[in-house]
Amino acid sequence: MSGILNSSIGRKFAMALSAFFLMIFLLQHFAINVTSVFSANTFNETSHFMGTNALVQYVFQPILLFSVVFHFVMGFVLEIKNRKARQIPYAKNNGAANSSWMSRNMIWTGLAILAFMGLHFYDFWFPEINTKYIQGDMSGLLADGSGYRYFEELQHKFLSPVRVGIYVVAFVFLALHLLHGFNSAFQSVGANNKYTKGLKGFGKAYAILIPLGFVIIALYHHFNHIS
Amino acid sequence: MNLTLKIWRQKNKDDKGKLVDYKINEVSPDMSFLEMLDVLNEQLINKGEDPVAFDHDCREGICGMCSLFINGQAHGPDRGITTCQLHMRMFKDEDTIFIEPFRATAFPVIKDLVVDRTSFDRIQHAGGFISVNTSGNTIDANAIPVNKHDADEAFEAATCIGCGACVASCKNSSAMLFVGAKVSQFALLPQGKVEATDRVLNMVKQMDEEGFGNCTNTGACEIECPKGISLENIARMNREYLSASLKG
Ligand code: HEM
Ligand code: SF4
Ligand code: FES
Repeated sequence: MSGILNSSIGRKFAMALSAFFLMIFLLQHFAINVTSVFSANTFNETSHFMGTNALVQYVFQPILLFSVVFHFVMGFVLEIKNRKARQIPYAKNNGAANSSWMSRNMIWTGLAILAFMGLHFYDFWFPEINTKYIQGDMSGLLADGSGYRYFEELQHKFLSPVRVGIYVVAFVFLALHLLHGFNSAFQSVGANNKYTKGLKGFGKAYAILIPLGFVIIALYHHFNHIS
Repeated sequence: MNLTLKIWRQKNKDDKGKLVDYKINEVSPDMSFLEMLDVLNEQLINKGEDPVAFDHDCREGICGMCSLFINGQAHGPDRGITTCQLHMRMFKDEDTIFIEPFRATAFPVIKDLVVDRTSFDRIQHAGGFISVNTSGNTIDANAIPVNKHDADEAFEAATCIGCGACVASCKNSSAMLFVGAKVSQFALLPQGKVEATDRVLNMVKQMDEEGFGNCTNTGACEIECPKGISLENIARMNREYLSASLKG
């Protein structure tokens, strides 16, 4: 096992593992967001559970943070190494003849997601950490104590059309990233043979439907609150 | 056909090199691409100029020696062929054709369109073989039963001619399709299983040391490979590599 990250295949494998974790997390995040459309109450309670459960906060959250950081740092490392592997570019290179746009631009769609995550952390994660671990308020209640604060905070954030616009664009980039990434991750861990033919269609569905779902939820709250 | 060629000219490996324009007239659509270059070279020699250096040998698609990145694609615009099998009918009268060497740090240019692909040889030396006792009592390979499916897959992997089009096409200059084919060809057969662990570890180590890039599964190699080597071979190599790393 020693030095597996020093080999090209080891790096590929580690990249795929972090990506798998992110894709599972995305599904879980989506499942919770969906509840906000149907019941403010369920959304509040699930959010409070996730925000105060020790296993989630002290085990899964650090793993998630590590995966995100590992994933984009390794993404940069791969990109730099791969540029070094061809120092003189072609005068004419017809990449579209043999590969998808998504597969050739993972670093750019990834960077767009990273920029979005900066905004997303600023919107939700930093205030959350501040309230809970710096102010020490673990109650999850509104300032006037009239109920849980999570749903209100969400509605408040999605008032701004600019923010909602940025969210929508970011999820288009996520969909593009996943349209290549989902199946790429399976290939990286060696799962490409006669048993995995059905995965391709499933990957496409995941890559389009999950980001689309997030977009619909954001738009729903935006227009629902305005009207 | 009358054509404009933009050909990479580079005197030696240390020269900077540049694209040079050549006009060539009355090209027959039935010529192969290499025959067209032969005609150009004759004209250059007659004018007392240095002919364009390019690699070739069998000229029938089996040796893997011919290379060339033509109009942005390894072995030109057709599918499932090498450059020697590419015909001028794939182009139109008055076309401009870019002709560049295969580009990769691990394939340095020696002269004009000729690149040094000995990095592939060194990967093969690191493990692309089986050790057989040749002292006279060798067992006939056919005496060992092999499952038909595995035999077919090993055979397909073994059709790789080591041309390097996979590396040239890959945006990362990764050699994974080539190495995946060479690893698979043996890993699937009983004779190859004996040394499978060391083979995959050593070949991948050599591949990395030669400076090939990291695969990101764009699939360009599979599309441009003249022998249709499948990405499944890369997946198999990844499995072999991961289980070999766990073993030792
Ligand atoms: C934080 C910003 C991100 C950056 C900079 C980034 C960058 C990259 C890069 C450069 C690759 C390698 C290209 C390849 O192997 O095809 C990659 C692969 C991948 N990424 Fe991201 N990414 C980011 C976020 C995400 C997120 C949030 C997800 C999923 C929810 C994700 C899912 C994937 C998947 C599934 C792969 C394929 C892994 C593989 O090929 O083994 N990425 N990413
Ligand atoms: S895998 Fe295909 S493209 Fe790559 S060296 Fe072998 S025959 Fe050529
Ligand atoms: S010259 Fe042998 S394959 Fe083209």
